[in-house]
Amino acid sequence: MVNGSGAAGTGRRFLDPEARSGYALISPTLIYVTLLLAVPLAAVVGYSLMVDSKIGPSAGFTFANYIEVWTGRIDRALMMRSLTVSASVTLATVLLAYPVAYFVSFHVKPERKSMWLFLITIPFWTSYLIRVFLWKVILGYNGVINSGLLGLGIISEPLQAINYNVGALIMTLAHAYAPFAILPIFVSLEKIDRSFLEAGQDLGESRLMTFIRVTLPLSMPGVIAAVLIVFIPTIGDYVTPELIGGGKLPMIANRIEATMLKQNDKAMGAAIAMTAMLIVAAVSVVFLLLNRRFLKGTGK
Amino acid sequence: MKKGGALRFYTIGYLIFLYAPILVLPLFAFNDSMVIAFPLQGFTTEWFAQMWADTTLHKAVKNSLTIAVSSAVLATCLGIFAARASTRYKFPGKAGVLGLIMLPLVLPEMIISMALLVVLLAMGVKLSIFTIIIGHVLICTPYAVAILSSAFQSLDRSLEEAAYDLGETPASTFRLIILPLVMPGIISSLLISFTISLDEFIIAYFLGGNETVLSVYIFGQFRFPKNVPSILALGTVLVLLSVILLTIAEYFRRRGIAKTGGKDTGGFL
Repeated sequence: MVNGSGAAGTGRRFLDPEARSGYALISPTLIYVTLLLAVPLAAVVGYSLMVDSKIGPSAGFTFANYIEVWTGRIDRALMMRSLTVSASVTLATVLLAYPVAYFVSFHVKPERKSMWLFLITIPFWTSYLIRVFLWKVILGYNGVINSGLLGLGIISEPLQAINYNVGALIMTLAHAYAPFAILPIFVSLEKIDRSFLEAGQDLGESRLMTFIRVTLPLSMPGVIAAVLIVFIPTIGDYVTPELIGGGKLPMIANRIEATMLKQNDKAMGAAIAMTAMLIVAAVSVVFLLLNRRFLKGTGK
Repeated sequence: MKKGGALRFYTIGYLIFLYAPILVLPLFAFNDSMVIAFPLQGFTTEWFAQMWADTTLHKAVKNSLTIAVSSAVLATCLGIFAARASTRYKFPGKAGVLGLIMLPLVLPEMIISMALLVVLLAMGVKLSIFTIIIGHVLICTPYAVAILSSAFQSLDRSLEEAAYDLGETPASTFRLIILPLVMPGIISSLLISFTISLDEFIIAYFLGGNETVLSVYIFGQFRFPKNVPSILALGTVLVLLSVILLTIAEYFRRRGIAKTGGKDTGGFL
């Protein structure tokens, strides 16, 4: 049972004992995800290439659904809204989260760091639905902020700029995904060798320049991870547009649901879902390539 | 430390933003008014009583607990297989296999639930608690794998070899040596999966058929303004419960790190 080295290189001899044990051990999980994830996703791909009619999807191969999605006015507008909202959320979340991660990594005593992280993650583990709904209650026309400010006499009539608009959508999502941005940035800041920073300052750089030329580039992998971790789920968010937007500001997930279930057009729904996945994949690839460049730049 | 001062100020401000909704929650859950607005009208526990009296809620909680416990156990078992295989053995195609297992982390839940729904309906499977569990296991497994991989990774290989030298079989070594050492990881994987499943809405909403679970119940109540205060009461209870659960999870995580002699890097993720 001693570790057989070089097993990875012997793809031809498929049944070397170590590889066999590995496959045997991972097979329950692999079979589960194959049957319940890979197969359903393949089915979605299949549906997206069919034509759906009243009697159900008919076999045949066509790109008509994709052409309709990519040229359709509503689908394109919703796709653009989803992209704009999730790009803004990502930008806001990462920019706001970076100083927090920096503070915990550089200015908190090592033994108290996990307590700070615990404090940051607690709100994230409380019911997502209730948190989103609370923002609706807080930001609403007769909501907590408006009634509070009215009561204090700061404003004379309710603010409308904070009500159920895209801004409220972005703020709610930026709140929901905050810990997702803080943690990866924190991890990458923790990895930075502190002697680099001392070296930078010994060589006559100011604190700000040391940050810009040393700390920031070294923490980029964490920033890129944060961007992906926030961007990917927000673009597919269903609950926030439904609750905060009151159904008037649908995003792509709401569109998929409406097409697949309310209009019962599985082929079109599948094509929209696939398009959303392609956009997410394209953005992810761009950022992963950026990440590779940064890793190369630091010589790792 | 002067620069740290401004940053500390900012961080505390950010924490207030993070906690704002949770602070509003109990404030209005105990407020004697149907309207969620200032000024406060006085103290009441009426909303808690109203929440408790709703029998639909009892059914929803029971369903949710069944689903969350089953999903946590199944996802943790699948996680143990995958984490052990990936940390202990080398095999061709490992990155691809793990990539597929971790895929739900980067897929919008709407796409997962629609894909499952399409296939389940095509197969003629009736939507029930069981179909929700299928979906929840899928989204909990990546978290279980991530937590358990770090638990298995910190194992000292020589302990295992010593057990073999002393005549233990692979199975008894796993039971007597490895399992106790990764137990804290298993417990936090169970707790995290349980919490994720309990909180999950989209899969439960679309794959649940007529079965109501907690998140779907909450979502349904939002449509009726008169039910909002009792939902805030329910939310208060849920926040308390999840803080307790998380504290337990954090305790076991730290104990696990202490047990294997590692250094605390903090955080679950």
